[in-house]
Amino acid sequence: MANTQTLDRAEVVALAPPRERRRVGRLNLGDVAVFLVLCLGSVAVLLPFFWQVSTSLKSDSQVNLIPPMWIPHPMHPDNYITAFSELPFNYFFRNTILIEMGVLAGTLISSTMVAYAFARLNAPFKNTLFIIVLSTMMLPGVITLVPSYFIFVKLHWVDTLLPLIVPAWFGGGAFNIFLLRQFFQNIPAELGDAAAIDGAGTLRTIFFIYVPLAKPAIAAVAIMTFIGVWHDFMGPLIYLNSEHNFTLALGINEFIQENQTGAMTHWPLVMAASTAIILPPLLVFLFFQRYFVEGVLLGGTKG
Amino acid sequence: MARTEALPLVRRTRARATKRERREALTFYLLVSPFIVGFLVFTFVPMAGSILLSFTSWDFIHKPIWVGLQNYQNLMSDQDFIQGIKVTLSYAVMALPTGLIVSLVLALLMNRDIPGVNVFRAIYYMPSLLAGFSVAALWIFVFDNQHGILNNLLATIGLPRVGWLTDPNWALKSFVLMGLWGIGNTILIYLAGLKGIPQQLYEAASIDGAGWWARLRHVTLPMLSPTIFFNLITGLIGVFQYFDQSYVMTNGGPPIIQGDQIVGSTRFYMLKLYNDAFRSREFGYAASEAVLLFIFILLITLFVIRSSALWVYYEGNVVKGK
Repeated sequence: MANTQTLDRAEVVALAPPRERRRVGRLNLGDVAVFLVLCLGSVAVLLPFFWQVSTSLKSDSQVNLIPPMWIPHPMHPDNYITAFSELPFNYFFRNTILIEMGVLAGTLISSTMVAYAFARLNAPFKNTLFIIVLSTMMLPGVITLVPSYFIFVKLHWVDTLLPLIVPAWFGGGAFNIFLLRQFFQNIPAELGDAAAIDGAGTLRTIFFIYVPLAKPAIAAVAIMTFIGVWHDFMGPLIYLNSEHNFTLALGINEFIQENQTGAMTHWPLVMAASTAIILPPLLVFLFFQRYFVEGVLLGGTKG
Repeated sequence: MARTEALPLVRRTRARATKRERREALTFYLLVSPFIVGFLVFTFVPMAGSILLSFTSWDFIHKPIWVGLQNYQNLMSDQDFIQGIKVTLSYAVMALPTGLIVSLVLALLMNRDIPGVNVFRAIYYMPSLLAGFSVAALWIFVFDNQHGILNNLLATIGLPRVGWLTDPNWALKSFVLMGLWGIGNTILIYLAGLKGIPQQLYEAASIDGAGWWARLRHVTLPMLSPTIFFNLITGLIGVFQYFDQSYVMTNGGPPIIQGDQIVGSTRFYMLKLYNDAFRSREFGYAASEAVLLFIFILLITLFVIRSSALWVYYEGNVVKGK
């Protein structure tokens, strides 16, 4: 709880600048310069997004115009329909959503349990184990790449979604464990003890006392996991072979490559397809901005 | 903390206490068991496996053949491998410092109370919502020779077009530029660090007559050094495993002639490793590349951690309430 409060305060401070610094009637030149620089940077940041959406609404001939047409007229929203009907995007969407659900459930359930154990219970070798957790956070994934593939071949899981889902059920990722543990430690232990006296088992205590109190941290974990899975490319690239098993990222990559090798690239179609992969995370961000900031800060400053 | 105080009371009846402790330990291990199993199956065993495989020749169909140090010896004369190291190192040397500095400058600018600062923060953060592949899917058209936005802008102001992804002199720099676009996360972490610097330090420095440079040099940077350290470490581990963008956008190209060999100007280490493992199916060879990369990342991370004693300033008295 203490965490939310400090963060909230930080946000409030950010929202409301201190009074004494505001100069009435006199422009601060430094501030004006900073404002202009930030405006320019913002244009640079937003331009690629704008260019992508604008292109996705053009016809092939409108793309070729020089000087470029910034806002297409007339617009061609039918590009989206064409792009989605050229490849089995319904499969891509379904597979991505299935992986998302499997990974989210696995991550949230198992990281909560592990984080609770580290935050509240005592046992021999607990500290050694926690050091192992932390060290896996720094471990470059490359070292496990080849043998992991072999394990999944032996399990006959290659070209199924399982290699992308199942590992999430085993601990849910060191970073998430670390983040939730920090949060759980700040929940008064008396609450759990009281529940135990009332006869609640450990799992009950975790999921009915701790989880509701740690909502912001759990939301942060969920959102970051969602985004990570959404953009994952190497995993699906290695484990999925048949087109009907592809994720969105993999399907769109195929679309890009196909269009590039052809005599002419149909950029509007490619951009329409890639808008589809970029939009959902942006929407999640717009709706849950608060939790994002919290998640990144929890991870970044308590390290 | 309440727990440690309660313990002596329980200890009085020793037998019961041990029983309780044992139960607690059992619950702990039950809850943690998914992590332990996962660590063994998906991390420890594959890690050991990589090391063992790196001494073998293995095509996945036949049994692995023990070849000793042969893979490592072959790597030393493999032009593509050497190119992979060169490309990855040059990318790291260009991308890491520029990313850390540009994001620090932007964080400093956004740490002032100017109108609309929250809107700016949200805008600069937006690209961080994308990752490797999605960034590539978007930028591949930004960089397009004919219709890309960059060349269109250059043409508008009368400058010659640039072959962003097709000119071997530019391709890697284009990746650096693209990387700068996605520094929102780093900015956000800096901003949090800046918030944590006590205002009194600035006031005291001002009273001593310190200008903005002196305040930056003697207050902001030392107080921010743990945050810089954190960003550097996370950046290091990621930068050496750069893959998605080079796979999607250039697939290692455009080619350059080096001596009597043709090598890819963006043939990153991971791209080479991926091709050796999953295209050529030389798993032993790829494992030896993985082991070398792993050792390299480990050493450089340890080096940075060691060096941190010299440049990272931890307020000696800050003991976080645990």
